[in-house]
Amino acid sequence: MSKDNQVLEEITSKEYEHGWTVNLETDEAPKGLNEDIVRFISAKKGEPEWLLEWRLKAFRAWLRMTEPTWPNVHYPAINYQDIIYYSAPKQKKTANSLDEVDPELLKTFEKLGISLTEQKRLTGVAVDAVLDSVSVATTFKEKLAEMGIIFCSFSEAVKEHPELVKKYLGSVVPMNDNYFAALNSAVFSDGSFCYIPKGVRCPMELSTYFRINAANTGQFERTLIVADEGSYVSYLEGCTAPMRDENQLHAAVVELYALKDAEIKYSTVQNWYPGDKEGKGGIYNFVTKRGLCAGDHSKISWTQVETGSAITWKYPSCILKGDYSSGEFYSVAVTNNYQQADTGTKMVHIGKHTRSRIVSKGISAGKSQNSYRGQVHVLKRAAHARNFSQCDSLLMGDQCGAHTFPYIDIENPTAKVEHEATTSKIGEDQIFYCLQRGIDEEAAVALIVNGYAKEVLNQLPMEFAVEAQKLLALTLEGSVG
Amino acid sequence: MLTIKNLQAKIGDKEILKGINLKVKAGEVHAIMGPNGSGKSTLASVLSGREEYEVTGGEVDFEGKNLLELEPEERAREGIFMAFQYPVEIPGVSTINFMKTALNQIRDHRGQPPLDAVSFLQLMKEKMKLVQIDQSLLNRSLNEGFSGGEKKRNEIFQMAMLEPKLSILDETDSGLDIDALRIVANGVNALRSKNNATIVVTHYQRLLDYIVPDFVHVLYKGRIVKSGGKELALELEAKGYDWIKTEAALAE
Repeated sequence: MSKDNQVLEEITSKEYEHGWTVNLETDEAPKGLNEDIVRFISAKKGEPEWLLEWRLKAFRAWLRMTEPTWPNVHYPAINYQDIIYYSAPKQKKTANSLDEVDPELLKTFEKLGISLTEQKRLTGVAVDAVLDSVSVATTFKEKLAEMGIIFCSFSEAVKEHPELVKKYLGSVVPMNDNYFAALNSAVFSDGSFCYIPKGVRCPMELSTYFRINAANTGQFERTLIVADEGSYVSYLEGCTAPMRDENQLHAAVVELYALKDAEIKYSTVQNWYPGDKEGKGGIYNFVTKRGLCAGDHSKISWTQVETGSAITWKYPSCILKGDYSSGEFYSVAVTNNYQQADTGTKMVHIGKHTRSRIVSKGISAGKSQNSYRGQVHVLKRAAHARNFSQCDSLLMGDQCGAHTFPYIDIENPTAKVEHEATTSKIGEDQIFYCLQRGIDEEAAVALIVNGYAKEVLNQLPMEFAVEAQKLLALTLEGSVG
Repeated sequence: MLTIKNLQAKIGDKEILKGINLKVKAGEVHAIMGPNGSGKSTLASVLSGREEYEVTGGEVDFEGKNLLELEPEERAREGIFMAFQYPVEIPGVSTINFMKTALNQIRDHRGQPPLDAVSFLQLMKEKMKLVQIDQSLLNRSLNEGFSGGEKKRNEIFQMAMLEPKLSILDETDSGLDIDALRIVANGVNALRSKNNATIVVTHYQRLLDYIVPDFVHVLYKGRIVKSGGKELALELEAKGYDWIKTEAALAE
């Protein structure tokens, strides 16, 4: 075994940092899924009749659907009747301020490094934290409210702003869009809602932390962000989960809706538990994320750094409906050990002069499989649409795989579409060059990988970029064979 | 500073170094010359700790330490620098960022705190002047799209930044036109001091017109077959390597 391989073994055996569980009393639904469970969830949340109907419709649609098999990922069949679909930490009453929140819960966030009090005081980031299924505390709400910005948990939005939720829920991702989106629509428990009124530029990054805590619970959040005409918002999503032997299902839906001249920037750093070195446990992350550039000159930008999950199935997409609207997708997806990722994007050009840009950087190490799957679809009326795609793959070691599946459908002859792809390997020469300058192997790999992913990391807001860099280094340190 | 005794090394099954003896003192410049395949670059690689080469015998003492027991990065931190014949590209990593990482790891090794941004910038400005390199080059991805001359000048800049005790220049002249050669040589000369030493590995004499060595050694078939002053380099330039080969054959 070469020295590099030894280092690889040592480093990849590093334990997942966020692997701990908290003894919170939880309020759970019984295992399994049927109409009664859907009703149970809806009742638990005190939802209006129309939403229950919507859920039931989704559930019935889901029953008629089959799990997709086209992704380049392999896993044992999921028993949907063996999952708990609702788990809420028990709280005596609703908290009005952080002081009233269960101290155990606050400790949980502190371990995650996102102590709300700290966040509140130091960073000016408004955090809506979702533990298991219920949004626990939302910071900065009042400050935002002064500007007319609504940023709250999904359940709260249903109660406080039913007209907005009713108008936009499912408008980008229909309840029967796909298998996992339908499942989510039937059983979603909470999530975040955000509305930026006309002409308002949201003065801070809005942020949600997701964390799966209870055993055997699937987490099904829903995020809905609506940017009204001429507004701007930057939204951050971070995810962690405790270590568990069994796989946990996570099927979220994110809908972004940008009206005329509005801009939404959505950034994700995903660090769900990836399973252990043998591939045991880990999160199944089956997520539907889609943005609609409904108005002219609107813009939606997705940036994602995907380092966790046993399986990632995720294609943040943009429907470019408004003329001159634009969509962007910047992605770094890292897989190590037995992780599998099938991720990419879909850019659908409907409006005239629409533009899209795709920059995807895959990094595979260990025995992992990393696939980029992207579609650029230019419809007939989308005159002068433009797309640029760049898909790079970086391989570390000789037991991993990188795959690229680009689909391009052009129905308008004025479209201009460019696609570039490269595959490279971290060379021993590169590593040695660093060593010879006194840089140790771990730092060398971190340096090289961050350099490779720089174009994407540059898109992240500052505080996230630093975390993402550390995560990349942590996931990959020494993974050179 | 450096004492090499009977050093033997192989790559795969192929023996390349068959007993090298060399002593380098502080303040000295040694040139290692020799025909292609004589083991010049192997010697440079073994000293810097490349793992493809297996040391099969001999000793190397560097400043009182057994060099062969040190990892490549430890050797670098102890003060060994190699200017590569083919500097590698690292996309997305600027020379500045690269040097900051290297310098701070070396400083950490010496028990020094990391350099603050201002001091680092100051040091960089000073060294840039010394080796005549433009900052725009240092902001770009390391060696990516650099010309041959730019790559070599960048190597010398790194050498200036890290202030090594012993520098090994591996065929630094290869691929350089005469102007680039002069700039690189000027940089190396500016860095010479009584406290550091340089080993210049080269096939051709012309680099030695600019970096004047105190000693010249001829490597042939894995052994130093001849040593002398700088005149030896001129003799080789005039007569080629054939007479060395003949002499060596006679000696066997």
